[in-house]
Amino acid sequence: MAISLNVNGETHEIDVDPATPLLYVLRNDLELNAAKFGCGLGQCGACTVVVDGEAVLSCVTPVSLMEGREITTVEGLGTIEEPGPLQAAFMEMQAAQCGYCIPGMMMSAHALLRKNAEPSDREIRDALMTNLCRCGTHMRILAAIRRAGELMQQASAPTERRAG
Amino acid sequence: MTIIPKDEFNTQGRNGITRRSVLVGTGALIVSFAIAPHVSAQPQPAPPAAAPEPPQLPGSLNDTRRLDSWIRIDAEGEITVFTGKVELGQGIKTALRQVAAEELEVEPGEINLITADTGRTPDEGFTAGSQSMQNSGTAIRNAAAQVREILITEAARRWNVPRETLRAEAKSIVAQDGRTIGYGELVTDQLLAVEAQPESLLKSPDKLRVMGQSLPRVDIPGKVTGGVAYVQDLRLEGMLHARVVRPPSPSAQLQEVDTAAVEQMPGVVSVIRDGSFLAVVAEGEFQAISAMRALQQAARWTEQPVLPDQNNLQAFLEATKGDIGTVAEEGSPEVTGKIFEATFRRPYQIHGSIGPSCAVAHMDNGQLTVWSHTQGVYPDQEAIAEMLGMDIAQVRVIHMEGSGCYGHNGADDAAADAALIASAVPGRPIRVQWMREDEHAWEPFGPAMLTKIRAGVGDDGRITGWNYELWSNLHSSRPGGAGNLLAARHRAQAFAVPAPRFNISQSGNGDRNANPLYVFPNRRVLWHYVPETPLRVSALRALGAYANVFSIESTMDELALLAGTDPVEFRLRHLEDPRARAVVERAAEEFGWSSGAPKGDRGRGFAFARYKNHAAYLAVALELELERETGRTRVSRAVAAIDSGEAVNPDGIRNQTQGGIIQATSWTLFEQVTFDNTRVTSTDWSSYPILRFPSAPDSVEVHVIDSPGQPFLGTGEAAQGPTPAAIGNAFRQLTGVRLYDLPFTRERVKQAIGV
Repeated sequence: MAISLNVNGETHEIDVDPATPLLYVLRNDLELNAAKFGCGLGQCGACTVVVDGEAVLSCVTPVSLMEGREITTVEGLGTIEEPGPLQAAFMEMQAAQCGYCIPGMMMSAHALLRKNAEPSDREIRDALMTNLCRCGTHMRILAAIRRAGELMQQASAPTERRAG
Repeated sequence: MTIIPKDEFNTQGRNGITRRSVLVGTGALIVSFAIAPHVSAQPQPAPPAAAPEPPQLPGSLNDTRRLDSWIRIDAEGEITVFTGKVELGQGIKTALRQVAAEELEVEPGEINLITADTGRTPDEGFTAGSQSMQNSGTAIRNAAAQVREILITEAARRWNVPRETLRAEAKSIVAQDGRTIGYGELVTDQLLAVEAQPESLLKSPDKLRVMGQSLPRVDIPGKVTGGVAYVQDLRLEGMLHARVVRPPSPSAQLQEVDTAAVEQMPGVVSVIRDGSFLAVVAEGEFQAISAMRALQQAARWTEQPVLPDQNNLQAFLEATKGDIGTVAEEGSPEVTGKIFEATFRRPYQIHGSIGPSCAVAHMDNGQLTVWSHTQGVYPDQEAIAEMLGMDIAQVRVIHMEGSGCYGHNGADDAAADAALIASAVPGRPIRVQWMREDEHAWEPFGPAMLTKIRAGVGDDGRITGWNYELWSNLHSSRPGGAGNLLAARHRAQAFAVPAPRFNISQSGNGDRNANPLYVFPNRRVLWHYVPETPLRVSALRALGAYANVFSIESTMDELALLAGTDPVEFRLRHLEDPRARAVVERAAEEFGWSSGAPKGDRGRGFAFARYKNHAAYLAVALELELERETGRTRVSRAVAAIDSGEAVNPDGIRNQTQGGIIQATSWTLFEQVTFDNTRVTSTDWSSYPILRFPSAPDSVEVHVIDSPGQPFLGTGEAAQGPTPAAIGNAFRQLTGVRLYDLPFTRERVKQAIGV
């Protein structure tokens, strides 16, 4: 079945079994690396992407439900040359060990920060409830998300404030 | 004390394996070289009769002795450094570049680093036991310093000036009169094709520019922007997707399976059955998964109820008829004074990598290439060749990162799966991705353990004697030996599981850290070896140190109470090593130990160990909060001090240590493998919960005590032992009740405090 997918602002025509979870389409058909396979059960958050502004577990979301929706992955946040605020913050805080869970963390955080640029510690932890990290990088992930919120606010602040 | 200086985690290379490098580039020097120059690639003159023992060289140089096995410089001055160690998320790619750049007087970004690949790099065995900096870091640092001095000598020869007048700077040798000559111009022919020397002119600690700096990790930018970072991301031309249908239980044998319907499913290329090994190969990944599910339905297995009683692992461990090893013996085993006696228990636990194991293998004209996140490419190469009956030279294993492993997880098995399937479906690359339930049920577990302590304090407030016994499997079942690969065990022509060899080693295994570093006159430490392995077990971060330090440091707090002494003071009273004392004092000071216990439903606890009794020193103080109605506990604040010797990347040490504290907290509060008499029942994250963000601490501080000029000390596992003990001690301080059984589940907590 042919499906039209909008991913990171680009439209792709995909011919795929409609039951296929979005994750495999992103990784194999579109060759996007960031969303990761972790459990296939919606329990660990490694596959998290943002769909119409909400964090979605792509490993349990059939691609057939994605027609006409706006999908964002970590690749849509910026590039290695021009990283977006979340990416810059994770680099600045060195918020990774193995890094496998990190793209999922970033997408959960992206959904949160779009709605609330100054989340409380509690709100960040709640937003990351589904996302598992096994290396124990939790403190740095929390710090990176707070830092990303600051960077986003600086970016949207009036020029004179930034200059000051 | 019986000491066999052979670590289970030995990372020494094995003699006799010689590999020609794969030719890369066309630089002047890159012709060919021997990986293991015990047997050089070049014809060598016969050694004189009764040749003297070769001198001991620093770190892994002792096994791979030629400089150009480690460092090569081409005509353009491009520098390539080779390590047999692998990136596991511990930051080794960054730290090794720092070490090489420091001694070569270049920038870290100018170092091209090649990690473990049987076609290119030295054989450094496994990346395990927190030994990468000790072994590979030491080798590379010494090799880099010797290369620098060779380049200076060569420039001096060409210019005919005293070498003392020259210095290395920015990839060049610089003379006093300002003349410069680039490294690439100096390196010709066989200049670096020489054996390393035992002594190197290392830069003195006050001259270091790159080492000791918290350089950002080189791998993080790619990982946070969607780069190809893991073997899971490898996409080769024509690649097929495979899934393995694992047996439902450790004892299960495949009785029958009708594969006809599955073979007709969309995209299915092949169904492979070999004994109890069952797998499917398909064009698409989801097609492979769908076919795997159908095969699971079609397969009929016979199973045996061979697993021990999960609720009475103590009986299983104590019933063993295995050997008893003496780990330490000093003075009399009699214990006098006020006595503390206890039994501690640890369950089976998993590594629980977030990304299940994955591998890609390609059989191309009889030549097999395997990309794997294994910790040991050379042992894996040997085991895979044995499994497939191939010549070792026909198998190449290349490391590519996976998700963090924390020891021996499913990596080697996934590599073997891919290799076996690729040999059945040659010509196209085969990608095997384990499912979550494969990893949870089939990775080798960290073994269950039982420990018993009887110790006393005298009227002088000092420990009189220490009688400690532990019951444990060996914590290592890594390949070599094809029998340690699941696929090889499950084939019709099955390879037998190699019997592990029990011994007492300097670094310890089940008995790792079983002998306390504290000074007192009488001690006896015994290991009751448990050879029976109804559940497959192997190395989980820190091996026996997790349960042993938990037991020892819980006991230290109880003895301090019997002595009427503050637990930090009590530890210092029994520590003579000044570096041990320094981390204890620093952790206590940074935590604010002297200001007394916290108020309300918070307790505080302290613990210390020197990992393996010869690696990094670590002390941790922490606060534990308790919600009495629910039994929920949380570490709210942890403060650690660590001495890893000369600190190459202090932030890397902090990152790993923070991670160790949080991971060990997760083990301690939440984790145990569950099983009935036949099957493992903890097969996902709901049946095997781990720490989630709401249970993460408010803060985890790590203070790195730098020891300039001292050897690198293994860091990555140092927090695993002290953390559970500090948590148990905090619970004891808060409630007056000691917890003996790991993990401290809500049920156990409620039972302990009578809720």
